[in-house]
Amino acid sequence: MQKEGKTYRKGRNKMGMWYWWTLLGMALVTYIPRAFPLTFLEGKELPPVVSGVLRNIPYAVLGALIFPAILYVQQDNLLFGLIGAAVAFSLAFLFSNVMIVVLGTIGVLAVYSLIF
Amino acid sequence: MHLGGEHFVNKNSFFSGLKAGVSIAIGYFPVALTFGLLAKTTGLSIWEATAMSIFVYAGAAQYMSLTLISKGVDPILIVLNTFVVNIRHFLMTAALNEKMQSEKRWVKGIYAFGITDESFSVLATQKESKIATPFAFGVAVIAYSSWVIFTAVGHVIGANLPAFLQAAMSIALYAMFVGLLVPSMRGNRKVVMLALVAAVINGFFYWTGLLSTGWSILVATLVSSILIEVIYAKRGKNLPKGA
Repeated sequence: MQKEGKTYRKGRNKMGMWYWWTLLGMALVTYIPRAFPLTFLEGKELPPVVSGVLRNIPYAVLGALIFPAILYVQQDNLLFGLIGAAVAFSLAFLFSNVMIVVLGTIGVLAVYSLIF
Repeated sequence: MHLGGEHFVNKNSFFSGLKAGVSIAIGYFPVALTFGLLAKTTGLSIWEATAMSIFVYAGAAQYMSLTLISKGVDPILIVLNTFVVNIRHFLMTAALNEKMQSEKRWVKGIYAFGITDESFSVLATQKESKIATPFAFGVAVIAYSSWVIFTAVGHVIGANLPAFLQAAMSIALYAMFVGLLVPSMRGNRKVVMLALVAAVINGFFYWTGLLSTGWSILVATLVSSILIEVIYAKRGKNLPKGA
């Protein structure tokens, strides 16, 4: 216990005030990509080609966010991700309700990991 | 205020935004809990850990920063890494701007803070052609609250969920993405192609290790969006304005 407490202190002291400066920097560089386009582009009419591409982005993003990451939710168990993906897609085709898809997939995988 | 009836009221209120964001809150729960726990083992106090979730609010970047902090990496490199991981949000918020109701810049500057991969996905796939500001606030607030609160909870209890539940809940955010994507794919081949091409490109970068995750998602998204747009422009078939 005592020893752990000491390393903990030491770990903190190493960064000390720097932790908060790092946090400030992280906060800024995270906020800028979020806020800049939304505020800068307000009221601006973009060329049709550009807005056409921008309208495509949500669906392309979803494709990239899902695959292949969904297969690796449990890094050492590809089957787990495969089952999860299969269940999620099946539920989404059947119900088109996000809540059902989320809770249903969690439910099936919970049962699966209890059994195996 | 309007005769548009239930439809109008529903889709424009803060409350319906909260409702639409519930699946994000569920998905963030295990991720934030684990972040709080890992932050504790990295040596961060509860204030330091929770402050990161309050002020930075970026899942992947926060996880990476823990690894970098524990290795004693130069703070400037930690900040640079955070920027690289989050650079894709330039693209997302530019796309989202096309769909958002016109609003004062400072108001947009506030809810912009709440735009993550997940809140972007929920907002951008709404069927309405324009999204009302209160709705965006609703989605942002519930997701953010879950992230911040469960970071603190994870640090305090210093333990994870039961293993089977932790494993099962790790699928939540991906299941949500699937649940948002599939209904839009119905009868819309362009949407199917957009997602498919981006997934294939992202998979290519993942397995070849040519790009890190943040860049890979950015490039895959951009290439797919442009490529499909060019193909469809040639055929004269494009997404309707609202889609």
